[in-house]
Amino acid sequence: MRRLSVILLPVLTAAPLAAQDTTVTKDQPIRIGVDYAVNRPGLVVLPGAGLDSARAVVRRDLDYTDRFEMLGDFAATGPEGSAGQAGSVNYGIYRTMGAQLGVELTAAAGGVTARLHDISGQKVRNTQTFPLPAETDPEYRMEVHRVSDEIARWASGTAGLAATRFLFVSNGRVYRIDSDGEQAVALTPDGVTALSPVWSPDGRTMAYTRLEGGRGGVIVQPLAGGTAQVAPGAQSALNITPAFGPDGRTLAFARSDETGTDIFTANFVDRCCAQRLTVGRFADNLSPTFSPDGRRIAFVSTRSGPPQIYVMAANGTDQELLAPFDYGATGASNAPEWSPDGARVVFHRDVSRSPQIFLVDVAGRRVTQLTSSGRNEDPTWGPDGRHIAFISDRTGRRQIWIIDTETGRVRQLQTPGAARLPAWSRRLGRATVASNP
Amino acid sequence: MRASSLMLLAAFALAACGGGNPPEEPAPEPTPAPAPPPAPAPVDDSAERERLERERMEREAAERARALAAELGTMINFEFDKADIRSADQGTLDRKAAILAANPNVRIRIAGHADDRGSDEYNLALGNRRAAAAKRYLESKGVDAARIEVVSYGEERPLNPGADETAYAQNRRDEFEVTAGGDNLVAPQ
Repeated sequence: MRRLSVILLPVLTAAPLAAQDTTVTKDQPIRIGVDYAVNRPGLVVLPGAGLDSARAVVRRDLDYTDRFEMLGDFAATGPEGSAGQAGSVNYGIYRTMGAQLGVELTAAAGGVTARLHDISGQKVRNTQTFPLPAETDPEYRMEVHRVSDEIARWASGTAGLAATRFLFVSNGRVYRIDSDGEQAVALTPDGVTALSPVWSPDGRTMAYTRLEGGRGGVIVQPLAGGTAQVAPGAQSALNITPAFGPDGRTLAFARSDETGTDIFTANFVDRCCAQRLTVGRFADNLSPTFSPDGRRIAFVSTRSGPPQIYVMAANGTDQELLAPFDYGATGASNAPEWSPDGARVVFHRDVSRSPQIFLVDVAGRRVTQLTSSGRNEDPTWGPDGRHIAFISDRTGRRQIWIIDTETGRVRQLQTPGAARLPAWSRRLGRATVASNP
Repeated sequence: MRASSLMLLAAFALAACGGGNPPEEPAPEPTPAPAPPPAPAPVDDSAERERLERERMEREAAERARALAAELGTMINFEFDKADIRSADQGTLDRKAAILAANPNVRIRIAGHADDRGSDEYNLALGNRRAAAAKRYLESKGVDAARIEVVSYGEERPLNPGADETAYAQNRRDEFEVTAGGDNLVAPQ
């Protein structure tokens, strides 16, 4: 297995639509407890006429999967000698570059034809024509991302995660932004503080805390228009840290009042059935996150003193510690999120008074540290279960960063202002089609 | 003119105020003392004095009420990640309890806050705990729970935007606000 050396990979695109400059770096090898060793196929995006912006988006999307060794960066023409006869690919040139896979995009009526070439076998492995709206259509970029994600699935067996978005908080408002940093849009009004946005599993609804006068309900808001509602049980006091259950009808949240902070669930589809899961007495319980099978909830509790990560059955029984700690020595732990494959929970934990991103594997209860420089907090999983986005101030201001837990590569997402409390969506289907997580 | 003639003229002018012809130039002999001015006519000023006295008392009462309101509004602070009432703040809370006892129509809102270290979401719960702790203390001093509202802003409303220990300490606080019955506060006995 090839051990990956530390290299800096600035990624710039020349395409007019892709105005973001995303600096990609490898995190320094001070990742405690994680061993990065990589063996992945070399992939080249073949040059071609037209489709400059789509080709640039696809290349970047495939790069961001971290599953390929991206080779070359071609526009209309490729390396010398690569132009074969019209319609043919000079496999030899690309093989000498180290590529095993080649991605070819050609214009088709109303869309694009994508081909995945097996460079060694000198043949086409996959081909499909995808309809695309006009470049000026607001859905254009997301449709190109869906093409990238399908190509990634052909090439690696796992769909890419380009057709996803983040919710995050900036200046007290919830924003939505594409996974490549494009198309930021405010979703809540100015003048009312909104916090802790989260996605429903189908990506069509969000929930967040609307803080007014020191109190606030959890607002459940359809994202494609429709009436927002206050979650049942969350109409009075201060209701925080919402989380959707995988069944599409349950919302968990924490409710703070003069008796303390405790976790509740409610049915937001039928608008009923609020249930209390924790009875804190002298401890606070907050930040629930569901396991993907909906059977368990990890959460934060101060029952031992500083907040730590616990787990319970989804009805509130069988509460126990999830992420072990040394009493009196380990720092506060917060903001857990259960991975899409159910195997791990990511959270942040104070190390020398600075939060860092940690993982705990649910089965063995082993804790590993992922970051070490600056303050790193509020992590959220990508739908591939290997990328984690989080907030870091390592550049001097709070920004969204993304780490790949398999290669250790870290990239920054540019947001219009300082960012907090990110939430990463599943792969987003079209408005009329349910998405495949 | 000589000064003595001036004085004589002034004296006779005064004496002539009550009417009559101006006197002839007198011989130099001891001048009589000028007649004292007539006593002012008697005036009934008791109503005026009462009004002035009332106004003075109202002013003082308003100043006392303002001072009492300020005492009700005094903030208290907390140690990092703690919601315990510090012993230094107990006197402040005792005083609030006394004022609330003397003014049974007053209702207050306690807002808990945190500095911006620590998790954003956890700080909402921490601010809530800080407000609840002050409410419990006031209840233990006899204030009816129904008169006190508890809210939290977490780290969202810092008093001091700085990033040093002084700013953090100022931001870890409870704020107290009178929400009803705050006019004409009277002092505790």
